[in-house]
Amino acid sequence: MLKNPVTAEDHIQGDINAPVVLVEYGDYECPHCGHAYPIIKAVQKKFRKQLAFVFRNFPLNEMHPNAEAAAETAEFAGAAGKFWEMHDALFENQEDLELPNLLEMAKALKLSPEKLQAALASHEYQPRVRSDFQGGVRSGVNGTPTLFLNGQRYDGDVEIEELSAAITSLA
Amino acid sequence: MAQILKPGTLAPEFTLPVTADQKLSLSELRGRPVVLAFYPADFSPVCGDEMALFNEILPDFQKYNAELLGISVDGVWCHDAFAKDRHLHFPLLADFEPKGKVARAYGAYRDADGTSERALFVIDAKGVIAWSYLSPVAVNPGADGILNALESLPK
Repeated sequence: MLKNPVTAEDHIQGDINAPVVLVEYGDYECPHCGHAYPIIKAVQKKFRKQLAFVFRNFPLNEMHPNAEAAAETAEFAGAAGKFWEMHDALFENQEDLELPNLLEMAKALKLSPEKLQAALASHEYQPRVRSDFQGGVRSGVNGTPTLFLNGQRYDGDVEIEELSAAITSLA
Repeated sequence: MAQILKPGTLAPEFTLPVTADQKLSLSELRGRPVVLAFYPADFSPVCGDEMALFNEILPDFQKYNAELLGISVDGVWCHDAFAKDRHLHFPLLADFEPKGKVARAYGAYRDADGTSERALFVIDAKGVIAWSYLSPVAVNPGADGILNALESLPK
């Protein structure tokens, strides 16, 4: 069960009141989340307005040394209204999330690499990332990606067919 | 599955190696809560994730002044390699000789496999088990149960 409901504070694609809300707890450096990335895009395309998608941070920093910086980079972009552009860029470049590449991605989105570097150095967006993480732990998130459909944990395969079937049953 | 010790039971005392030349006794930690996490083996995929998750949550455990201890039947050198590989920041106890003695005392030993179960215990400041949970071996139990148990301890 999702303990902390989806609110306007979340990064959300689609209508918060859509019939089905998919929440992902993810880590930009986790290969399984990288696998889920195009699959979620595909189900979003398939279900259109019936599905809203929320992404929350769950970086496993000791396993993935760049995960925290990547999560904070997405939040930095989010503060400028470009969360999803950065979210996509991070997953599409998840093999290289070292600082120079994060700065390049910021530049490509017309965000200031200097400001990003300063925000990462001061961990300006760490509280937001920690808050996502702690909420996830309280909801029983034990690895990444963990998905919730309308607040209920989805433990099926993260493949288009299985995920679509679960969404259809709720839509 | 085994019958693990239930809440209200005095947690069996143990003294186990943490490193090649260092031992830890449960009674040394009296006065603060202890989270005892039995897991089947170093390096097996699910426990890796479980220990990685606990590693991330250490600051939350510390808020309750709780000490987290991982425990399996692996020896100290194996634990050492595992902890280094995964950058674990909490002690791993070697329930290695006699093998699984502590796991047996907690009802968390799997005779068929010769490993411990995936079992969690929250022990209060007086050394009494406040909460226990036995997870299917292949399932990472997460940390919400532990945090709820720590939160419910009398202040």
